[in-house]
Amino acid sequence: MKDIFPVLRVLGILTMVFALAMGLPLAVSWFQDDGVWWVYLLSMGVTLGAGALLWWRLRRHERELQPRHGVMLVTLVWVLLPVFAALPLLLALHLIGRPLSFTHAYFEAVSGLTTTGSSVISGLDTLPVSVNVWRTFLQWVGGMGILILAVAVLPLLGVGGSQLFKAEAAGPVKDAKLTPRMTGTAKGLWGVYALLSAGCALAYWLGGMGPLDAVMHMFATVSLGGLSSHDASFGYFQSPLLEAIAVLFMLVASCNFALYFVALRKGHWSGFWRDPESRATLSVLVGGGLFVALLLWLKGVYAPLDALRHGMFNVVSVATTTGFATVDYLGWPVFAPLFMLLLSGVATSAGSTGCGIKMVRMLILVKQARREMTRLAHPHAVQPVRLGDAVVDSRVIFSVLAFMLVYGGTVIGLSMVLLLTDLDPVTAFSAVLASVNCTGPGLGQVGPASNYAVFSDFQIWVCTLAMLLGRLEMLSFMALLTPAFWRR
Amino acid sequence: MKIIILGAGRVGYSVAESLVSERNDITVIDTDAVRLRDLESRFDLRGVVGSGIEPAVLAEAGAQDTDLLIACAAQDETNLVCCKIAQLLFRIPKRIARVRSSGFVLDERMTGPEGFAVDRIICPEESLTRYIGKLIEYPEAMQVREFAGGRACLVSVRARAGAPMAGRTIGELRDGSPGVAMRLVAIYRRFQDEPDRFVACDGHTRIEPGDEVFVLAASHHIADVITALHRRAGSPVQPVRRIMIAGGGRVGQRLARQLSQEPGRFHIKVIEDSPDRCIALASTLPSEVLVLQGDTTDEDLLDGESVEETDLFLALTDDDEDNIMSCLLAKRMGARRVLALINRRSYADLMHGTQIDIALSPAQAMLGELLAYVRQGDVQAVHSLRRGVAEALEIVARGDRKSSRVVGRKVGELQLPHEVHMGLIVRGLSCAGEAADAVPRAPEVIIPRSSTVIESNDHVVFFLPQKRLVRDVEKLFRVSTPFF
Repeated sequence: MKDIFPVLRVLGILTMVFALAMGLPLAVSWFQDDGVWWVYLLSMGVTLGAGALLWWRLRRHERELQPRHGVMLVTLVWVLLPVFAALPLLLALHLIGRPLSFTHAYFEAVSGLTTTGSSVISGLDTLPVSVNVWRTFLQWVGGMGILILAVAVLPLLGVGGSQLFKAEAAGPVKDAKLTPRMTGTAKGLWGVYALLSAGCALAYWLGGMGPLDAVMHMFATVSLGGLSSHDASFGYFQSPLLEAIAVLFMLVASCNFALYFVALRKGHWSGFWRDPESRATLSVLVGGGLFVALLLWLKGVYAPLDALRHGMFNVVSVATTTGFATVDYLGWPVFAPLFMLLLSGVATSAGSTGCGIKMVRMLILVKQARREMTRLAHPHAVQPVRLGDAVVDSRVIFSVLAFMLVYGGTVIGLSMVLLLTDLDPVTAFSAVLASVNCTGPGLGQVGPASNYAVFSDFQIWVCTLAMLLGRLEMLSFMALLTPAFWRR
Repeated sequence: MKIIILGAGRVGYSVAESLVSERNDITVIDTDAVRLRDLESRFDLRGVVGSGIEPAVLAEAGAQDTDLLIACAAQDETNLVCCKIAQLLFRIPKRIARVRSSGFVLDERMTGPEGFAVDRIICPEESLTRYIGKLIEYPEAMQVREFAGGRACLVSVRARAGAPMAGRTIGELRDGSPGVAMRLVAIYRRFQDEPDRFVACDGHTRIEPGDEVFVLAASHHIADVITALHRRAGSPVQPVRRIMIAGGGRVGQRLARQLSQEPGRFHIKVIEDSPDRCIALASTLPSEVLVLQGDTTDEDLLDGESVEETDLFLALTDDDEDNIMSCLLAKRMGARRVLALINRRSYADLMHGTQIDIALSPAQAMLGELLAYVRQGDVQAVHSLRRGVAEALEIVARGDRKSSRVVGRKVGELQLPHEVHMGLIVRGLSCAGEAADAVPRAPEVIIPRSSTVIESNDHVVFFLPQKRLVRDVEKLFRVSTPFF
């Protein structure tokens, strides 16, 4: 058990740094004078204290982190930080007389940090503005990855930085270093993220949003989160221009950030267009949007232009795992919402802020399937699976297959658990899928017009678990639960 | 001319073989004494044992007064360094290097006098690939050789019974297609139990089925030539679509890559024995190319991959026997045309006129480029034909009526040996020495009559049934210094 001490020491440091993040809602609350500023001060103190205690008690256990430590740390961070992140929500809502249970507050925090964007709080428009800022800001922090941020900005984590990076980075191939040092890579990724965020916020502001709304929706857009400060979500604005901006930035954020980094550094974008994953991602998203728009028009739901506007926005929003909505799309032909939800599992790139299976895994699987079919006709054919110019190692293919099995198992298993609680099948299945893919709105009772508050506490916990599993790509989380991991 | 050849490998061997007969002093450098002794016993040349990048070895080989260095050792780096040393220490005026890597060809700085000082880069695999590519374009032709930058071609076709011109005389062929710029220059006829023999041609010579006919023609008329001699009347054009390449070595890989540049034009299958090589091939070739692991002479494999539907089967392994056997097998199983790469001259002779449609010697494709460079005067292109016996060459007429024995004279007046056929004249090609204000004309391909007057800067293409005639032609075209 002593093995975990160095991990807890780093966790202490990370907790202290995380406490600083509460400075943002504190500042907003102070300047907007919404009367809950001391909530953040208190939470910040508690978080700082807890982190400091952990760090101080274990300060002697400083040592290089091993790969297994990375897995432990990443899981601990993602389980424990939401507890602290839930504190301001808990206190602030209690203060304004709309008390929230710990279950709901924790769910909300996890939903934020994992960029899921499902909510249990209604009446968002009447909340203190700083609470909304905190909810959306959590998504932005979680979007690119907490540990990747830590590797980027905290030199004291330098040891074992690559272990942390690998443990948190999503996608099947994790050792693609963009710069010689891991810190440089993490800095580059966060740099691109920050640049993108600034551009998005500016575009929203110029497009007609208020400054605070612009920043909050930027947080939710570039992180592909989807929490809004309005009950009507993006539909509140009723602005085709803002929707177009949102579609653009969601598409941009659903591609691999490493490609932007390389393109910006080299000064040309040829690598971006040559990358098979980004091509597939963009064509699936835009193609899916156009297809649904066509469907809406042909079925007579909307006039052509409205069909394009709503079809494109909602498909891109759901498929990129964001989860903004402009209309209640459950009223659309039954094909559309299900199609969007299924797309959300695959339509984002590895290395983006999206979750789910990731497009690169899908490409590898499709190519592997095609290879098996070729082999039936040509038993002697030698056909390595290739992505662009690179050959995919067979170990990666096996890990993708294992991931798919675990992913499918998780979705089915958790859906069955929800069914045990007498939920209807559509709601149960879609809630799990929307949580595992970190999308947010599901179908049935948890559609875009309602929220997860209809669930019982137990069902909420199942969804919380699904979100964490989805964000950490199952395997590392599950590895912690195996006896082999702990056996020395 | 004094020549140093570095490397007594396969390329060095054929280079030495083709140059040794042309009254050159040849010295071959190689580290393998046994190979050198073997070479010395076959040809009239000197061998020097040692590394070609050692100045002492080069000095011993007589580099001080050598005119030409041909570096064709196995390693690119050896050849490049050897050329540089030859320039720095010995001032050898002409340096040719065999370089496989394509990276060097692209950059002038690498090969220029400040760089590795290579006057010309040759790559046998590249020449061979280009040549096979040409054959794939005209699948019925046995050989296609280019002249005047690709404007004119020498095609060899086997006349087939049922083709429009088979059984007719050459005069009828000429009259039958008046607009077509082509000239029949040679016929090699098959006889029972002996090798093909050269048949002297004039207007009354009859083309018989089974003859190998050499025709010089403008490039855009090649298809007409093939139609006239090879295609049965009424049968449609059958372009090559399905290609099977047996042997994924350097040539096979280059060819597969070159052919797959036009997506969808060809269905390409590559068979390779070594599993590791297969993976390397499949990783670098476009994914439309199907890489198959197996023995190229494996009947079941060929059957399973439906060799009977392939239009062209190319055996390109390093092993002559394998190539011959897999080609024979493929032909018997129903491949439309088969091509075998055969290194050994005796095998190539043996296979001529059998089931194998085209027997290709890897050295032949590259030697032409080399010979054109080695020859003096204004020889632009040389193609070694019939395994080195015959030759086609393109030579430029220069000077004026006073200084040249060719320019300003009618073709009928030229004192050519009677076996030599003047094939074509390509007129109007731009040349480096020409004044900038000269009006550029579109190059035209002329079929010379006895009354045609040769102008300066005409590119004249000859077919020589005997290699010794080269001297006479070169002498004729030499520009003499005028007396004042």
